[in-house]
Amino acid sequence: MSDTKRGQKGDILLEMKGLKIEGRADEQWIEIVHGVDVTLRRGEVLGLIGESGAGKSTIGLAAMGYARDGCRISGGEIWFDGTELRSASDEHLRKLRGHRIAYVAQSAAASFNPAHRLIDQYCESPVQHGVMSRDKAEKDAKDLFRRLRLPNPETIGERYPHQVSGGQLQRAMTAMAMSCRPDLIIFDEPTTALDVTTQIEVLAAIRDIVDQFNTAAIYITHDLAVVAQMADTIKVLRYGNTVEEGDTRRMLAKPEEKYTSDLLAVRTYKRDQRDRPENEGPLMQIRGVDASYGTVPVLYDVSFDVYKKRTVAVVGESGSGKSTTARVITGLLPPKAGEVYYRGEVLPADYRQRNKDQLRRLQMIYQMPDTALNPKSRIRDVIGRPAYFYLGLTGRKLEERVRELLRLVELEPDQYINRLTTELSGGQKQRICIARALAAEPELIICDEVTSALDQLVAEEILKLLQRMQDEFDLSYMFITHDLATVRAISDEVVVMQNGRVVEQGPKEEMFTPPHHDYTDLLLSSVPEMDPDWLDRLLAERAEMARQGRVLKAADN
Amino acid sequence: MSKILATIAQRLGLGVLTLFVVSLVIAGMLELLPGDFCETILGQSATVETVNACRKENGFDQPFVFRYADWLSGFATLDMGKSLANKRDIAELISVRLSNTLFLAGFTAAIAVPLALFLGVLAALYRYSLYDRFVNVFTLTSISFPEFFVAYILVLLLSVMTVGENPIGPNGPWFPAMASVSEDTSFGERLYLVFLPALTLTLVVVAHMMRMTRAAIINLLASPYIEMARLKGIKNSRIIVKHALPNALAPIINVIAINLAYLIVGVVVVEVVFNYPGLGKIFVDHVKFRDVPVVQASAMIFAATYILLNLTADILSIVTNPRLMHPR
Repeated sequence: MSDTKRGQKGDILLEMKGLKIEGRADEQWIEIVHGVDVTLRRGEVLGLIGESGAGKSTIGLAAMGYARDGCRISGGEIWFDGTELRSASDEHLRKLRGHRIAYVAQSAAASFNPAHRLIDQYCESPVQHGVMSRDKAEKDAKDLFRRLRLPNPETIGERYPHQVSGGQLQRAMTAMAMSCRPDLIIFDEPTTALDVTTQIEVLAAIRDIVDQFNTAAIYITHDLAVVAQMADTIKVLRYGNTVEEGDTRRMLAKPEEKYTSDLLAVRTYKRDQRDRPENEGPLMQIRGVDASYGTVPVLYDVSFDVYKKRTVAVVGESGSGKSTTARVITGLLPPKAGEVYYRGEVLPADYRQRNKDQLRRLQMIYQMPDTALNPKSRIRDVIGRPAYFYLGLTGRKLEERVRELLRLVELEPDQYINRLTTELSGGQKQRICIARALAAEPELIICDEVTSALDQLVAEEILKLLQRMQDEFDLSYMFITHDLATVRAISDEVVVMQNGRVVEQGPKEEMFTPPHHDYTDLLLSSVPEMDPDWLDRLLAERAEMARQGRVLKAADN
Repeated sequence: MSKILATIAQRLGLGVLTLFVVSLVIAGMLELLPGDFCETILGQSATVETVNACRKENGFDQPFVFRYADWLSGFATLDMGKSLANKRDIAELISVRLSNTLFLAGFTAAIAVPLALFLGVLAALYRYSLYDRFVNVFTLTSISFPEFFVAYILVLLLSVMTVGENPIGPNGPWFPAMASVSEDTSFGERLYLVFLPALTLTLVVVAHMMRMTRAAIINLLASPYIEMARLKGIKNSRIIVKHALPNALAPIINVIAINLAYLIVGVVVVEVVFNYPGLGKIFVDHVKFRDVPVVQASAMIFAATYILLNLTADILSIVTNPRLMHPR
């Protein structure tokens, strides 16, 4: 698509010079982006990468002349196609947004208006900006839906957002961003909330469409492997500063800064598999468990074992029944059929019927440390409570134990013991959750996606900490995760679940060596690799397989 | 659709149960009041014999359970009985008053609801502006005064002080201070006569609805889909009306329902001020006489009003929510 007003490929489209952004905290403005330069040419894709708090999204939004509530652009210049956006009028900015610069948000499920049909939301920009008539916009939408490989492109627009799956919504949002054929699209972590299997489809769709229309894009993510597939150049950010910027291939091959190489090295941590202990029965056995929410069945005949001092990883996409299995084991959801055996004895199905000792031996660590900790509690009480409840520790002994646990999770007791749980970072909160689980002196800990809300470098620290705790206290872990890098890092055995069933299980090395069950294969092959050609290769392989009649399908599509 | 019908059926069933409980509570409370109809109506000079004869005549010598069962069996067959005070048929007595009450409530709602929505949307659009502050102060002031005070102020300003300036009739005020309607008052004249009470009630109910509209919309302005709309370059007014308002409807509808119920059951003070023959007045008058059947019948209407309006609000909340109307 060539359009005269769009200028030539290679012209500078967006240039931000010395961009400074301030955020409001406790009644005063604090600088969170400290003078960042961004240059983007037409048809080019720039990857912005960094951990949370690096300022990626804030910078991405600034490219639209937009600052979220509680933020303000405090310095620098933002030139978009000959206009300086900081000094442009609100009306001028409004006319640019959606029309010439579009935005794709992280969570399409939250960013589509629940009250309107997809087609109405799609047509809003082109009609309101006077780009095309409603009829033409609808036709155009169907065409884009088809190009983005959405199922039923003719009718999917008639649906409401809640009637469409996450991966499809994310593609519909990409279509919506394309609706006015903008010069620039900001993709703000568009695949972070998706399963790996779904992510592939969305990545491929985004890349195709950006190529076809020669649209420039800023692709924001915390995942270097993802951005490697998408971007021509990558800019690494940390604490609101540029760490390094350069051509994608060059940066992956030869990072100049240590921080970049740390990001690249992430997901390489791996522990060797340990075999099942000999002459010893399993610590916990799950046998033939069926469970349902109300009348909706969610688990079918789930069986697996957990051995002492071993880690079983339970993997699968969202909705595969991983967390439900944990709810059955902990007695929160009594199963319809089947039993959970602990040291050879049947555990009562309902946690209310379990005795204190049975409860103590099984502890949980949750995905969201923010919501798993009472914001009004002090750390002393959070950790002290199970030590008092299960072990009856009081006074000086309790205090000593809490301090010991804090030292174990590498937090200085004097500094942290009296803090509120809200006065911690995400990684520190998860450490507190680990200390709380350890305080009960458990034998088995169920870790439910404990690292998926954390930045990758922090996540790796947590995995290493969990590993040390296992070695020190002979713990067994049941590790629920959708992230195969985590599985590779710490598990001994792997259980793969799909649609409430166990589709494959076995020792880790076996699971990671072909041949696999089709679904395991799909999961494994969908994990992005730090190789800019990975996505092309994978898509080619899958196309080849499709020609041979083998089709791998994620639940979402 | 079947889900909605099921909801309606279930809620109507529960509504009947609620009516039963309310009738029992009302009858019990009237029983507990000192004195009865005969003592009240015959006055202090009545002899014991006449009072007893009166009681016998009206069946007050029967135990409470019998009298209640008698009333209930009548009510179940839609026979509300006769007033003790004037021996008139209650259905007839009340239906005129009820239609007057509904007329005033309807007239007020027709002014107040659109006005409140309009002011609320504008306040959300121009939040923290001078307009926003003014509307908030004005509406809050008007509900902070007692209703009768607002009513008398309006009478003073629009009736008493305007005597002789009536543009329609000769030498009258702009609006009459007495809303004395009768059965053969024409519709147009009725609107004119009840304008002051309707205006009073509007001032009383607008603040609540308008503030809820404003709050419900502002509450949504931080949602990701509103940010998305901004980043799509949608005009601010369109964001409020098309993107925020449809999602804010449920709480707004509920507040409107509560205020409509108030307009029907809670306006006795305003009726008294304007001498308007509505249901509230008849209710209070007959409580004075311990005229149990009339009080019971009015209470049933009040309770049914709350039940039906709440049901309507819930149904509308379902109908306006696509997640409930169009399940996956």
